Amino acid sequence: MTIRSSLFGAVAAAFLLAGAGAPALAAEGGGHDNRPHRLSWSFAGPFGMYDPAQLQRGFKVFKEVCAACHSANYLYFRNLTQEGGPRFTEAQAKQVAGEYQITDGPNDSGDMFQRPGRLSDHWPAPFPNDNAARAANGGALPPDFSVLAKARSYHVGFPGFITDAFIQYQEHGVDYIHALLTGYADAPADVHLQPGLQYNKYFPGNQIAMPKPISDGQVEYTDGAPQTVDQYASDVSAFMMWMAEPHLDSRKRIGFQVMIFLIVLSGLLYFTKKKIWSKVDH
Amino acid sequence: MEGHSTYQPKGKVAQWFESRLPIVGLIHSSAVAYPVPKNLNYMWTFGAILTFMLVCQIVSGVVLAMHYVAYGPVAFARVEHIMRDVSYGWLIRYIHANGASMFFIAVYIHMFRGMYYGSYKAPREVLWILGVIIYLLMMATGFMGYVLPWGQMSFWGATVITNLFSAIPWVGETIVQWLWGGYSVGDPTLNRFFSLHYLLPFMIAGVVGLHIWALHHVGQNNPDGLDIKSVAKDTVPFTPYATIKDTFAMVVFLIFFSWFIFYIPNYLGHSDNYIPANPLSTPAHIVPEWYYLPFYAILRSIPDKLGGVLAMFGAIVVLAFLPWLDTSKVRSAKYRPLFRQFFWVFVVVAVGLGYLGSQPAEGGYVIVSRIFTAYYFIHFLIILPLLGLFERPKPLPASIADAVLAKGAKGGAAVAGAAGPGTH
Repeated sequence: MTIRSSLFGAVAAAFLLAGAGAPALAAEGGGHDNRPHRLSWSFAGPFGMYDPAQLQRGFKVFKEVCAACHSANYLYFRNLTQEGGPRFTEAQAKQVAGEYQITDGPNDSGDMFQRPGRLSDHWPAPFPNDNAARAANGGALPPDFSVLAKARSYHVGFPGFITDAFIQYQEHGVDYIHALLTGYADAPADVHLQPGLQYNKYFPGNQIAMPKPISDGQVEYTDGAPQTVDQYASDVSAFMMWMAEPHLDSRKRIGFQVMIFLIVLSGLLYFTKKKIWSKVDH
Repeated sequence: MEGHSTYQPKGKVAQWFESRLPIVGLIHSSAVAYPVPKNLNYMWTFGAILTFMLVCQIVSGVVLAMHYVAYGPVAFARVEHIMRDVSYGWLIRYIHANGASMFFIAVYIHMFRGMYYGSYKAPREVLWILGVIIYLLMMATGFMGYVLPWGQMSFWGATVITNLFSAIPWVGETIVQWLWGGYSVGDPTLNRFFSLHYLLPFMIAGVVGLHIWALHHVGQNNPDGLDIKSVAKDTVPFTPYATIKDTFAMVVFLIFFSWFIFYIPNYLGHSDNYIPANPLSTPAHIVPEWYYLPFYAILRSIPDKLGGVLAMFGAIVVLAFLPWLDTSKVRSAKYRPLFRQFFWVFVVVAVGLGYLGSQPAEGGYVIVSRIFTAYYFIHFLIILPLLGLFERPKPLPASIADAVLAKGAKGGAAVAGAAGPGTH
């Protein structure tokens, strides 16, 4: 029937278009059709867990490099001691907090005052407000780090987005961030860089306001890990993932227990159902 | 179909209570003695799954509401507070967010079941229309719930959808500003959406009560689409037969649900919603949650704003007319070979529209969306009415019991003379 044959033609056309026409207009990462590589993260997969050593290194990179411009308003100093995180001791976290001056007040005279940080304080933002941040960064606002690893992604076409549900791929953000940090390069000849912007292979539109933030050897690691941009990028991305999902370890652990329970329960219910229905034609 | 209760309260207290509020008798006649066709397949378990999901969403939602604040400057932060500091807040939040998607997966399977087996046909027209009302309430609830985290998609999705009402001639702009509580989506909008999001699920619960009442009054449909001729031969009592089957199906559904909650909790969401709402920065692609995508595609297919709005709402409202659009006297697609093929084409079109709704409205996507949108309405308004007139259905079995026996014989099992205890 003509309706159906033209329909099949349309369905075929749709699939062709889906394959060919995934334009690089996505605001998500992967400019110039560059997809971030998928790295292997310790926290990926059903039994994934954060590596405390990696989180501590990532924290060092964040503290020494990124925190100069980026805030992390939902990160509290006390989070550094909690389960499933970088596993700093309370003393270490208190010491880190004490290094920062926090604005508090008003006191009884009505004045705001500075005091050393405590565990209950959140990470102090480098700028007092967004306008100050923009003014210091050529008009661009450095985004807050707290949930940034979940706020970034890249286009995964068909059938990737279906298989991702089965392999439990949830690391779009960290793969993109790692790619971004290692993706600075010289602009190709046919690209005209706007003033104040740098070329990056993975940033949407390829022109990013942030200058290359980190170079080899910039941060000293005391545990022997390589001091390369690639390592720094992996470590700070993992730390950002922890900031975004601090309960990932217990989520996956509890998830395993729940799945086992439900699978056993469904098995028992299945055989009970069979027994009950065995006497009835159905 | 109710009124099959044989409940006689034993004991003085039970009798005292029953004569004042016969609720135990009601539960007995609705969920214990209530006769259920014995040929139902697992497609019939989704009603129970949906009831469970409604309770799950209400319970998780009420707990979330204890920690959430619907005020623009703090809403995003409060959700993060739930995720980080509230004991198991991350679990409750992920249950609620993924539960909404599960609710819609179950409702779509439930609706497609109804369409396939002719469950909307007489005497179940009102049952079906109540279902359409529940579906509309669910869509409103889900839309408003997605606004509450006050991320970029929350804000801009709210802006796009509320702006649709400005398409209404003459009073459109006024209505939209009345809805917003201002001249754009803002704090008043968020606050009233929270209030309505809390209210609507209880209205859904009320309509679900009517839905189950309408169902129990006429009885279940079944995969063969046959009426119940003999309660003894064609049916089994709800307890234990349907109870255990529904419970088993619910636990399997929970396994699927748990896969999302614990392992891929953000898979069905959009990463842009982890960016706090910014009225001055529009995302490159504004997309609703996946369960609205087919209607989003229909909306964008029509080049005219009012036309698009009418087509989008029309696509849902046309469902309410399904009992009268389908002229076939035969209920189940099992005995309607031509209808069955058109049904699956319709499923492909619906899923295709969903995919198209997720893509930018450019180039080839627009052409295919228009073809699929046209086909969607052609299916309901032209194909279904004509099919009933021209289709030659397969011969129907004499009764449900005969259909079950025929299935058993086809399976190679010895034909039972009479079934077990349920038939006497």
